[in-house]
Amino acid sequence: MELGQIQAYAYFFFTAFLVTVLYAYIVHLYRAEKKGTRNYEKYGNLAINDDVSTTPIEQVGVAREPSYKIK
Amino acid sequence: MGNNQHPLAYDYTVTRLFLYATILFGIIGMTIGVIIAFQLAFPELNYLFGEYGTFSRLRPIHTNGVAFGFTVSGIFATWYYVGQRVLKVSMAESPFLMVVGKLHFAVYILTILLAVVTLFAGITTSKEYAELEWPLDLLVVVFWVLWGVSIFGLIGIRRERTLYISIWYYIAAFLAVAMLFLFNNMEVPTALVSGHGSWYHSVSWYAGTNDALVQWWFGHNAVAFVFTTPIVAMIYYFLPKESGQTVYSYKLSLLSFWGLMFVYLWAGGHHLIYSTVPDWMQTMGSVFSIVLILPSWGSAINMLLTMKGEWNQLQSNPLIKFMVLGSTFYMLSTLEGPIQAIKSVNALAHFTDWIPGHVHDGTLGWVGFMIIAAIYHMTPRLFKRELYSKSLMETQFWLQTIGIVLYFSSMWIAGITQGMMWRATDEFGNLSYSFIDTVVVLHPYYTLRAVGGLLYLTGIFIWAYNIYKTISVGRKLEDKELNVNKSPMSAN
Repeated sequence: MELGQIQAYAYFFFTAFLVTVLYAYIVHLYRAEKKGTRNYEKYGNLAINDDVSTTPIEQVGVAREPSYKIK
Repeated sequence: MGNNQHPLAYDYTVTRLFLYATILFGIIGMTIGVIIAFQLAFPELNYLFGEYGTFSRLRPIHTNGVAFGFTVSGIFATWYYVGQRVLKVSMAESPFLMVVGKLHFAVYILTILLAVVTLFAGITTSKEYAELEWPLDLLVVVFWVLWGVSIFGLIGIRRERTLYISIWYYIAAFLAVAMLFLFNNMEVPTALVSGHGSWYHSVSWYAGTNDALVQWWFGHNAVAFVFTTPIVAMIYYFLPKESGQTVYSYKLSLLSFWGLMFVYLWAGGHHLIYSTVPDWMQTMGSVFSIVLILPSWGSAINMLLTMKGEWNQLQSNPLIKFMVLGSTFYMLSTLEGPIQAIKSVNALAHFTDWIPGHVHDGTLGWVGFMIIAAIYHMTPRLFKRELYSKSLMETQFWLQTIGIVLYFSSMWIAGITQGMMWRATDEFGNLSYSFIDTVVVLHPYYTLRAVGGLLYLTGIFIWAYNIYKTISVGRKLEDKELNVNKSPMSAN
């Protein structure tokens, strides 16, 4: 097989693979919501409730006091 | 969280600096744009300022000024605002990130001002959108790395575990531009290597067709990662926030994100259709451009559906008007681009005025409107003052909308006329028209385009005036008045 032919096959299968990954991702998103492992739509609230004093949806580590004080 | 006597607050010092830069470079870049548009219609205007006023000298200052001045400042300004808010962490919590932010601004402003000076002096690599010579390229790397430190530094100290979708788009812009910029600006300083020529002069590392390929891989993805992803980052934050509506489908936003990332990088070949690059590469450029409609419209439709049930806000809030029309123009230009990338259409459209027409319905309608809206949204929160005038915002909106329509409609007609005249032959196969015949026919459309640009520029001055008046004499706001979604604005 010539190099060009190998490249063409590789290109085709790589594209098909990536398309599969993309569709698997859609399935993953919906299945995770259906099973109740994760609710993606709640993250939409991150833009609305964005005041620094509001409680995070998912806290990183333990809640920490701000290390900075306004003078 | 926090202490009642000394509540933690977001620190917008760096945001404010980039906000001033956005307005300054908007005025410079677009004023020069209008001048060169009039020069195309009335060539005698080329000779007003000697060599410094010619179209060829001014055009790179226009493109660099609006892309790397106005747009990139707008991206940085919104990053330092949105980044803090959705990660729920203040810049004030990290003295290190504060120093990085200020240094980021200082190196950036120095680079762009030097860019303006060197381009006026005619110092250029002659690569489109990559005209800056190697010493300035090194400075670009410095401020870009500083931006990266700020992004990942802020993420590192965040309180909110999940990165909101806007953050993903900002990260994509950072990473992709870093990669594109480095590869396309691989250049050899001639004096260092050969001992001849000016110290600042360089030649591209690549030659011939390879240079063209790398150049348009970069060129088209500059559109993708300067004019698209960070602007999508903005609309995913500012439209939901201003309207009080959460994004219509968060899942769709994730899917569109990965779709866009996968597809965009392969579309640049459409700039080289019918050139000397391999045919399969041209076809790939075409095909990926068509596929690109899906993720682009995924984001745009998601934005429009976010307004579901709240369309009344379109009438009452000029900021919503700017953003909704912005996403509509995004839909228009992401449909128009793929159409132009189809080989048979490209045979007609390539090198004609339809191309700058397409670029400008994207940049004026989508990028410009989104940045204008973002600055309007941030100003009351940054300066604790009510927006000076709602009626001026309405006037600006309509002037600029008419300006954009005049711009792209005149360029559609001009471009298609031009393409048809170039390819027209008589019964013996001789060309029916000479080049000057097309120039004569296109004159009225060039004039219309310049008038459209002037209307848009007038809107930019109204915007700058409105922001200036807001900062200087706008009614002072209490904290509780700022804790709302709709931006506080004076009705007069």
